[in-house]
Amino acid sequence: MSINVLMPALSPTMEQGKLAKWLKNEGDPVKSGDVIAEIETDKATMEVEAVDEGVLARILVPGGTENVAVNTPIAVIAEDGEDPAKIEAITPPPKLPGDMDASQSLAAATPVATAQPAIPPETFASEVPADTKMIPMTMREALRDAMAEEMRRDPAVFVMGEEVGEYQGAYKVTQGLLQEFGSRRIIDTPITEYGFAGIGVGAAFAGLRPIVEFMTFNFSMQAIDHIVNSAAKTLYMSGGQIHCPIVFRGANGAAARVGAQHSQDFAAWYSSVPGLIVIAPSNAGDAKGLLKAAIRSDNPVVFLENEILYGKTGDVPALEDYVLPIGKARIARQGSDVTLVSFSIGMTYALAAAEELAREGVEAEVIDLRTLRPMDTATIIESVKKTGRCVAIEEGWPQNGVTAQIAALVQQEAFDYLDAPVARITGKDVPMPYAANLEKLALPSAAEVVAAAKAVLYR
Amino acid sequence: MATEQTDPIAAPIAELTREQEQAALRDMLLIRRFEEKAGQLYGMGVIAGFCHLYIGQEAVVVGVKMAAREGDQFTTSYRDHGHMLAMGMDPKGVMAELAGKRGGYSKGKGGSMHMFSRERNFFGGHGIVGAPAPIGAGIAFANAYRDDGRVSITFFGEGAANQGQVYETLNMSALWRLPVVFIIENNRYAMGTAINRATAQTDCFRRGAAFAIPARQVDGMDVRAVKAAAEEAIDWCRNGKGPYLLEVLTYRYRGHSMSDPAKYRSKEEVEKMREEHDPIEQVRARLLASGASEDELKKIDADIRKIVAEAVDFATSDREPDPAELFTDVVA
Repeated sequence: MSINVLMPALSPTMEQGKLAKWLKNEGDPVKSGDVIAEIETDKATMEVEAVDEGVLARILVPGGTENVAVNTPIAVIAEDGEDPAKIEAITPPPKLPGDMDASQSLAAATPVATAQPAIPPETFASEVPADTKMIPMTMREALRDAMAEEMRRDPAVFVMGEEVGEYQGAYKVTQGLLQEFGSRRIIDTPITEYGFAGIGVGAAFAGLRPIVEFMTFNFSMQAIDHIVNSAAKTLYMSGGQIHCPIVFRGANGAAARVGAQHSQDFAAWYSSVPGLIVIAPSNAGDAKGLLKAAIRSDNPVVFLENEILYGKTGDVPALEDYVLPIGKARIARQGSDVTLVSFSIGMTYALAAAEELAREGVEAEVIDLRTLRPMDTATIIESVKKTGRCVAIEEGWPQNGVTAQIAALVQQEAFDYLDAPVARITGKDVPMPYAANLEKLALPSAAEVVAAAKAVLYR
Repeated sequence: MATEQTDPIAAPIAELTREQEQAALRDMLLIRRFEEKAGQLYGMGVIAGFCHLYIGQEAVVVGVKMAAREGDQFTTSYRDHGHMLAMGMDPKGVMAELAGKRGGYSKGKGGSMHMFSRERNFFGGHGIVGAPAPIGAGIAFANAYRDDGRVSITFFGEGAANQGQVYETLNMSALWRLPVVFIIENNRYAMGTAINRATAQTDCFRRGAAFAIPARQVDGMDVRAVKAAAEEAIDWCRNGKGPYLLEVLTYRYRGHSMSDPAKYRSKEEVEKMREEHDPIEQVRARLLASGASEDELKKIDADIRKIVAEAVDFATSDREPDPAELFTDVVA
């Protein structure tokens, strides 16, 4: 009986990677524990070990292949005595990440694919010159480039956080920064969020521009006192004397299969606080342009990234200094039938739903808020006045969510234009479960967005 | 007051010149008269909310200020009026802020616990217990980053010394050799909780050892002792050797805030402290012994009363903030 060797995942969120090279050839005998290949992602490298004894009968994916999906069979090991020549590769279709099992969908609507569609380059048209070249890169790389560019530009900018230096970033966002800028400006901290957030705030009061990385925003709860009481309020409490130009950044929201304490969306928490700027980009281009703007801001900025999005590739304008305005939403897709409003990974569901709706003849307008505070309410209201219907989407919990704010805003400012109540799609009102099926159910889905859009269209 | 010195570096009592003694007297008197007036104005309803008076602790901040250099930064907790006056902030602006008036240091939007002066290198005024530790260390981080020779001096109480963020900060400060002096103003009571009821190791300076930070316990009622110890500590930091911790033994005569029930300690204890250890009387006695005349001292007293009276006039006659100020200074 032959055994398939599958493309392994290096992390819970990895969906694909590069099969860098094979260390064994077809026909080589292998035993359990032998390293047979090397896998790379933009985050890390990993060795693939044989899990059984036999002969490497067939290599299905050659060395050097990029974008090999997790769980794709990459080789076949024949058991002793089997004739390797007679073995056919068994190639079950790889399980698509984010694939919703129809029977488990909470929404009555037809499930749709949740793969994130690329955001078309023309959506940047208003923000970059028409003939700007676009460079595809991951959000992780875009964030790193933004920090590196700002550090080259301003010696007051430095990065501090857990594992940002020698480890190269827990999620590799700070990869290479220590090598370029040295340990004076890339500072590994002990695991003491409250303390180093406060030290960052003090340094900002004194005129430096700290970028404080939280490995994930779940740990910012240890530091929320300094973010709210010290960073957000001091400009006001000092009558405008003491600025706090600091960026608190890191992965926010659900990752994948990491359970309740590591899967929480803090967008609603921080965006309720006056004195803070809150940014939550959905794609690499926005991530770069907005992180650069955040670093230059004289205000404390909470910059909410997303682990699932770190590895997603998007177009980044090849401009020497690409800085986006804070507080400006982006119309990611134009439409006239219904307005879908979201941000960060919520855009994944919104855009997938818009694709599906288009197939059914419904043209959705999709708004990416990008900045949650100050919120670009004018863009939302203008769109709703056109469509008369609104669905707001977030991964956070329903009570007091960002989408609750949007619903209140729309009914207050565009009531006469509404043809249906504002619908909200949110994470479910539970701590995040671990089991794969329950986790999917706890998160929003494109299917739920489609169903909500149809509901507000009375279709 | 008992002092225990376990640190190998000796801290002699500083010998003050007559001019220095007079300056110390003036600075401490200003704080005391200012605070007495603030207490009165609180009773009259001119000052509201939380108001924490520094009476009894004057020698701490005045002694440290005497040891600091121009450019060194001070950060403290909510019991901050004395620190602001010691840093040379205008008593009118401080009193007006206490009264919630537009001429206050924070335009009336900060209040007693939240005042700052970038010009005078005073970084607050923080209402959250323990917060001055990392904020002061962060300012020291900026000093080290710029290598500008400044020292950050940060004050907090012995109650705050139990906060987790203080330990986190001591660790990082030592690790990164930040030029920060941590001054634990041990006035024996965290609100109404005596130190021995809240703190297992009541010698706060011993916490330095756990983080390889040199530390010393100082008689905070004697401005000379505070100055000498602060000089040592500040020099240590300025020479790039890392942080330093001083536990300054002091005493507040008034309640924790204005609404203190004063049930947790005896009147006799307070009276004994005032009569035997008052920091201002100690300086006055030394000046008289060294030949200063009563008239000289009376003149200092009169000058100070005038400054405080002017501050009160300013604060009471100043206008409330313009309603339009409600929405300013929220973001830059």
